[in-house]
Formats: sequence, C-alpha cells, structure tokens
Amino acid sequence: MLEAIVFYTLAAFVLGFGVLVITARNTVHSVLFLVANFLCVAVMYVALAAEFLAVIQVLVYAGGIVVLYLFVVMLVNLKAIPEAHMDPRRRSRLGFIVASAILLEVSAILVYAARRADAMPLPAGGGDGTPMTGNTEIVGWLLYTDYLIPFELASMLLLVAMIGAIILARREA
Amino acid sequence: MVITPYHYLVLSAALFTIGAMGVMLRRNIIIVFMSIELMLNAVNINLAAFSHYWQSAVGQVFAIFVIAVAAAEAAVGLGIILAFFRNKDTLNVDEMSSLRW
Repeated sequence: MLEAIVFYTLAAFVLGFGVLVITARNTVHSVLFLVANFLCVAVMYVALAAEFLAVIQVLVYAGGIVVLYLFVVMLVNLKAIPEAHMDPRRRSRLGFIVASAILLEVSAILVYAARRADAMPLPAGGGDGTPMTGNTEIVGWLLYTDYLIPFELASMLLLVAMIGAIILARREA
Repeated sequence: MVITPYHYLVLSAALFTIGAMGVMLRRNIIIVFMSIELMLNAVNINLAAFSHYWQSAVGQVFAIFVIAVAAAEAAVGLGIILAFFRNKDTLNVDEMSSLRW
C-alpha cells in the first residue's frame, strides 16, 4: 500500500514537471522544472532499490547537465524569443498527431506484452550470480568485469564530446 | 495494490510521449534539447524498473551508459547551439534549415 502511494505521488510529480518543462514560456523556468523532474526520478530510483543510479542522477543530471543548460540559456540573450517568429510551413497539428501515434504505438506494445505476461517467469534471487551485498558494489562489480569495454568506450566518448564542445563553443580567432 | 513493472512502463511511455511532443511542438532549440533529456529519462526509468523486477543490476549499468551518452550529447549539442547563436542570432529551429552560411 505504501509502495503504491509512493509510486503514484512520484509519477504525478514526474509527469507534471515534464508537462511544465515543455509548456513553460520562460526558458529559465523550463530548466528549473527539468531539475525538479530529475530529482523526482532520482527518488523513484531509490524506491526501485537503485541507490547508486539515484546518486548519479542527482550528481550528473541535476548537478552537471542542467547547469550546462542554465549556462547556455543565460549566455544567449535573446532579442526576439523563438516563439515570436512562426514559419508558415510549420505544421503543429501534424506534430500532435505524430506524438499521439507514438503514444498509441507504445501502448500497443504494452498491451501486447501484458497479454504475454504469464509466459515470463520471475527468476528466484540474483539473476546473474553476482554477489548481492550492496547496490553500489554490484554495479561497480558489473562495470569493471562484464562491461569493462563499454565502460572504457563511454570514457572515450565523453573525452571526444568534451574536445568537440570546446572547439565548437570557442570564439573564432 | 501491488506495483508491477507495467505501472513503470505506463509512466515511462507517458513521459516519453511528453518528450516527443516537446521535440515536435516547441520552436526553442534549448527546450527541444530538454525534451530529449526527458525521453532519455523515460528509458532510464524502464531500465531501473526491470532491473528491480529481475533482481539483476545489469539494467542499472545500462542506465549509467545512457546517462554518459546524454552528458556527451548535451555538451556537443549546447556547443553547437552557442556557435549557431553567434552566427545567426536566433534559437528558432524553424530558421535552422541551412547546412552552411
């Protein structure tokens, strides 16, 4: 019962802040709603027993990425807000239709999967034989054993992205 | 009132659709980028929910990879936005139709 209350409250906050992110007129407000959204998702990770992921979500997303967004929003001082100019070829109604189609498609997949739910047995205990002591320990164990190469690739990706961002944002000499 | 992975799937689908709607309907490129972050978060909720359901931490490992890719995407994307803004003085996606200027 408590689990259900926590889930529905968090889900309401996540979806509410998500809607506010895309509807806010002021971009700074939008970024702040995004922070609130990420924090609610982090609490949801804690409820799912993924504490390490929750900490990463707060540190990297709410602390790092969103600050990057705030910097950019404050660096670009707009004279005319983007919403002032409307391309006559733009089809907003088509956007609504395509987004609804995406929702329908995902719902169809959900219904299809729910029908076959009985065919999916629940494994007993640890699924892959890793030592179950603490969440951070398990995730670290997996990252440095089974997923070592993707982990190193991710570090290379971040290095390349950092160099690329510096080159792109540098002022022309 | 037990919370199954389907509850999380429905939440994730709704959040993903909100993100997709933001990408398609907003004209401010920064808000379009934030909508992409919302969609990535919806995927991460799925990964964490199934990780909990199967009692296996592999889903969380993949969620960490998604977060790393999202950080890289945000850094490069925002660099491109800054470079574009310096040249064209606008953030409107409708005006970003030329590959060079």
